[in-house]
Amino acid sequence: MKNKAWLFLIPTLVLVAINAFIPMMTVVNYSFFNLYSGSTPEFVGLQNYYDLFRDPFFHSALWRQLVFSIAVLVVQIPLGIAIAACMPKKGIGVTISLVLLGFPLLIPHNVVGIIWRLFTQDNIGIVPTVLAWFGYTYNVAMSPVDAPLTIFVCDVWHWTPLIALLSFAGMQAIPDAFYQAAKIDGASTWKTFRYVTLPKMRNVLTIGILLRFMDSFKIYDEPMTITGGGPGSSTTFLNIFVARKAESYDLGYAGAVSIVYLLIVMVVSYLFFQVLSRVGKGGADK
Amino acid sequence: MTKERFFKWRYVFLVVFFFFLFLPVYWMINCSLKFDTEILSDLTLFPKQLTFKNYDTIFTSPDWRSSIINSLAYVFMNVIITLLAAVPGAYAFSRWKFMGDKHLFFWLLSNRMAPAAIFIVPFMQLYSTFGLFDTHFAVALGHCLFNIPLAIWILEGFMSGIPREIDETAFIDGYSFWRFFRKIFFPLIGPGVGVAAFFAFTFSWVELIIAKALTLTNTKPLVVQLSVGIGAEGVKWGLMAAAGVVTLIPGAIVVYFVRNYMAKGFALGRV
Repeated sequence: MKNKAWLFLIPTLVLVAINAFIPMMTVVNYSFFNLYSGSTPEFVGLQNYYDLFRDPFFHSALWRQLVFSIAVLVVQIPLGIAIAACMPKKGIGVTISLVLLGFPLLIPHNVVGIIWRLFTQDNIGIVPTVLAWFGYTYNVAMSPVDAPLTIFVCDVWHWTPLIALLSFAGMQAIPDAFYQAAKIDGASTWKTFRYVTLPKMRNVLTIGILLRFMDSFKIYDEPMTITGGGPGSSTTFLNIFVARKAESYDLGYAGAVSIVYLLIVMVVSYLFFQVLSRVGKGGADK
Repeated sequence: MTKERFFKWRYVFLVVFFFFLFLPVYWMINCSLKFDTEILSDLTLFPKQLTFKNYDTIFTSPDWRSSIINSLAYVFMNVIITLLAAVPGAYAFSRWKFMGDKHLFFWLLSNRMAPAAIFIVPFMQLYSTFGLFDTHFAVALGHCLFNIPLAIWILEGFMSGIPREIDETAFIDGYSFWRFFRKIFFPLIGPGVGVAAFFAFTFSWVELIIAKALTLTNTKPLVVQLSVGIGAEGVKWGLMAAAGVVTLIPGAIVVYFVRNYMAKGFALGRV
């Protein structure tokens, strides 16, 4: 029986492994070479890694990325759950809500960038004008505060619907009997949510948190389209930093940054995965 | 009384959020129907001088038209490949416990996080070796990297909701595996396949970096055409907006067709 499981997984493993392993090995290989200076690659051992740990630009890109990713989780997860909780549970309202929520997810990432550029650019968008009514001078292209905030709001706009969709599915899968039991016990709306709904959404929320954490590190097209990574380096997130290095043919260094970045995301995601599947389990068993 | 108030507030909250979702998209549609001079000079909620010039530019240019077809081609191929691999894969995860299944699943999912920018060159090299560079098939295969794990996870949720006794009864009744799968199992997970197909379509349609890395001229996708075709001589705002609107259309059509599946699928599974 056990061998049968692997038989069924062959197509998956082949397809994912080809796409994952070979390019990954190439990048690991890059990271030990100096591919920058000339035509002949020069083996430099750990030099690239040594350089990047002393590179202040890498530090600031990494720091910016971590703040961004944490903010993404802190805002999008509760907001998504709240939206799912507020959605109608049956009837035509469900279909309408699902369609509206599904829509932003179907917009290509660079088009999301275009949408927000048109929306926020000075002279073109409504945002600067509306904020000016409230006495705030907004300029996405010039202000190192407005630019990252805009990217963040754009990301909330783009991805909160995914969390809402996942949460909604998680809530719909909870059998009615649990709610009836809570009602008989006289639990308030909040308590029902906290002790019945939330623990039952463990699986869905684990995936939601993992997806958002991993994907937030990949943000690239939106800042490239909206701000181009600037002003200064205020929206140069990690992936843009890597791309800049790769574009300037410093592939060895870019490779080293990628490997470090992958290790960070993988370790943190794995911790999330472990903690979430354990904490949730305790809650659900009670 | 408090309950009624809660009902009211939750719909106010929903409407506000949907308005927030809708407004930026509306602004793009609005811009796409204006001349560039009007976009830059006036802020108006409706075009003063309505024009379809931008759309005309897109639909009469062979570059744009072929890029739309290219995108649709690899997206549909990807959805089919994803489902063919993910349905048996999800069945394995849902029906059997095997060594390291949790970790294997985490590994599959973790492939999403590859920082795509650096993978451009290795991906090009890999698919050139196979002789697939600049074909629809290459992009369809490349997108499996993140679509198969997601589809497995969605389908596994649906399959686990179906009692194992159904499988066993069918086998006792003498069904072959394939016949059981086709006649009994597949119809039961239909909505799940619908939801998985929806997500596979979505993520393949919106992906830019792999699609860009694996295509050159023959199969240039819409998302790439979008980023190279516009900025050449200064930003053409109206054209950019119109191109953006065009990319929304297939998504809107897909959402429209799968809306009932989605409602049903989301209601049934734990996605």
